[in-house]
Amino acid sequence: MTHWLIAPVVLPALLAPFIVLAARYHIGIQRVFSIAGVLTLIVISGALAWNTSDGTIMLYQLGDWAAPFGIVLVGDRLSTMMVLLTVVLALFVLVYAISSGWDDRGRHFHALFQFQLMGILGAFLTGDLFNLFVFFEVLLIASYGLMIHAGGTKRLRAGVQYVLFNLIGSTLFLFALGAIYAETGTLNMADLANRVTLITPDETVGIRVAAVLLLLVFAIKAALVPLHFWLPSSYAEAPAPVAALFAIMTKVGAYAIIRVYTLIFPPDLAVTSGLHDVWLLPAALISLAVGMIGVLAAKQLDRLVAFSIIGSMGMVLVSIALFSPVGIAAALYYIVHSTLAGAALFLITDLVRSGRSNLELTPQPPVSGATLTAGLFFIGAIAMAGLPPLSGFLGKLLVLDAAYGTDLMVWIWAIVLGSSLISIVGFARAGSILFWKAKSVDATEAAPPPPATMSYVAVGGLITMLAAHTIFAGQVHGYTTTIAAQLFAPEPYISTVVDTPGKLSDPTEKEEDH
Amino acid sequence: MELLIASAIGIMTAAGIYLVLRLRTFPVILGISLLTYAVNIFLFTSGRLVVGAPPVLRDDITTYTDPLPQALVLTAIVISFGMTAVVVMIGLGAFLGSDDDHVDDQPDRSDDAPEGTP
Repeated sequence: MTHWLIAPVVLPALLAPFIVLAARYHIGIQRVFSIAGVLTLIVISGALAWNTSDGTIMLYQLGDWAAPFGIVLVGDRLSTMMVLLTVVLALFVLVYAISSGWDDRGRHFHALFQFQLMGILGAFLTGDLFNLFVFFEVLLIASYGLMIHAGGTKRLRAGVQYVLFNLIGSTLFLFALGAIYAETGTLNMADLANRVTLITPDETVGIRVAAVLLLLVFAIKAALVPLHFWLPSSYAEAPAPVAALFAIMTKVGAYAIIRVYTLIFPPDLAVTSGLHDVWLLPAALISLAVGMIGVLAAKQLDRLVAFSIIGSMGMVLVSIALFSPVGIAAALYYIVHSTLAGAALFLITDLVRSGRSNLELTPQPPVSGATLTAGLFFIGAIAMAGLPPLSGFLGKLLVLDAAYGTDLMVWIWAIVLGSSLISIVGFARAGSILFWKAKSVDATEAAPPPPATMSYVAVGGLITMLAAHTIFAGQVHGYTTTIAAQLFAPEPYISTVVDTPGKLSDPTEKEEDH
Repeated sequence: MELLIASAIGIMTAAGIYLVLRLRTFPVILGISLLTYAVNIFLFTSGRLVVGAPPVLRDDITTYTDPLPQALVLTAIVISFGMTAVVVMIGLGAFLGSDDDHVDDQPDRSDDAPEGTP
């Protein structure tokens, strides 16, 4: 058994206290360690993703206790891909935070950043539902700190909403876990998958309640309408690099939905039938529409980007709610795209903010470095709105293709295409007011200095990743198709987790050990 | 005993939800505390109610109580306790900064609303 699988959790967990304890007054040392940690994580995650790309299921039993008694970490294609996506995003966000000086506007940015990474990566890797709750809490606690980084009353007020909403979400999660444990007597995902099928049809009340509660919790994380109200304020008020990192947090909810509802409650399970097509799909369509209408209606650039995140999550969840291998493959392709595009847009928002007094969509004197910023905004908007040639367009095509021939095809096509049009209008309006109408306003005072070069490098890096995601779309989509195939054939996952021996698996062996 | 514990969970949850739906920080935090109490007891009972039975394997004993929910509930208590402390601090900071403890976004008002409006 190799120990590499737990490295993405342990490394940030060790680095964060080190940064707090040993380097709390030295921002330079903090930056070096933070960047070095993320680079190491990229190497490790890349190796893990390579290792699982042939279909291997990696298993790590903590303390060598066999599942379901011990806690396990499981790495399959899906989780290692999400881990790799997270750390690559984290690198660009960190470069931006350092170059723009955001990390020095409050205390403990780098420590919280590492804890946040620990929570996100742990949530992707864990094979145990209660551990998923714990890692959710780790990432939430760190995100509370990051959210109110650099302080300010507006940010604190948005932080209160964010924390309260997520506290209620955590409580719901615990209710769901209690109900699942009472019904099945286990919280290990693979073991649950075995036991849920054993429940007889007349005893499904508890497990159905639990399945719906779990879906609610993940929908809160994924900002599905009508559970999205926490997102616009908190993402808009959070510091830009933090909001860019938060772009992966909604995807944690999407990941959890994919994982739990393919492994434990698969779509053909009678217990939870109707949950996806009757409830999840219409809600996802509504959030797609609400998000894109929000883009058109927003009066500030940061709210506009936050609403586009809701819209893109709606798109992801539409594709997930089809619960077919084609749909999941399209959803995973779109998840990568929307994470990169959302993060890039939040960083571009901050580039705009650095040259203006506020982010109101009103004509104001041109921002410093306007040409480059405008170009980047143009590319980011094209990506997010789903225009050719970037990956948003390909992602939408894949989703439309996956929906072809389903019962709700007319609705899906109409809303996806209609909302794309609305978002194009919204982004075009914002861009022309911000960058073109600015020419008609005379600058009254000296413009502030343009953003640092490294800031542009960070945003450019994200845009480059988007371009690569477009150019290698065939390969990426091929890989997400194999991920979906692995998700819809969970037997190797279950047997790897449940049948791998550890302590307690053989009583006689245990006697000899002691 | 089942009826007593079930109704305790129910009443606390109902009161918690009522308080969470208020619009001021203080009742909402109280409501969340009540909800976490309710969920702690709910988790505790998810291993079935057994009185006077040991949780650890021993010879010549046949009835056990499930030790796992107790471990789960301990984790949940620690996390919810810490979270409540965090939200009190952030809420206090927001209240002192803006002199307003509504938890929702307020529309921009030029005139002060009368005291006591929800």
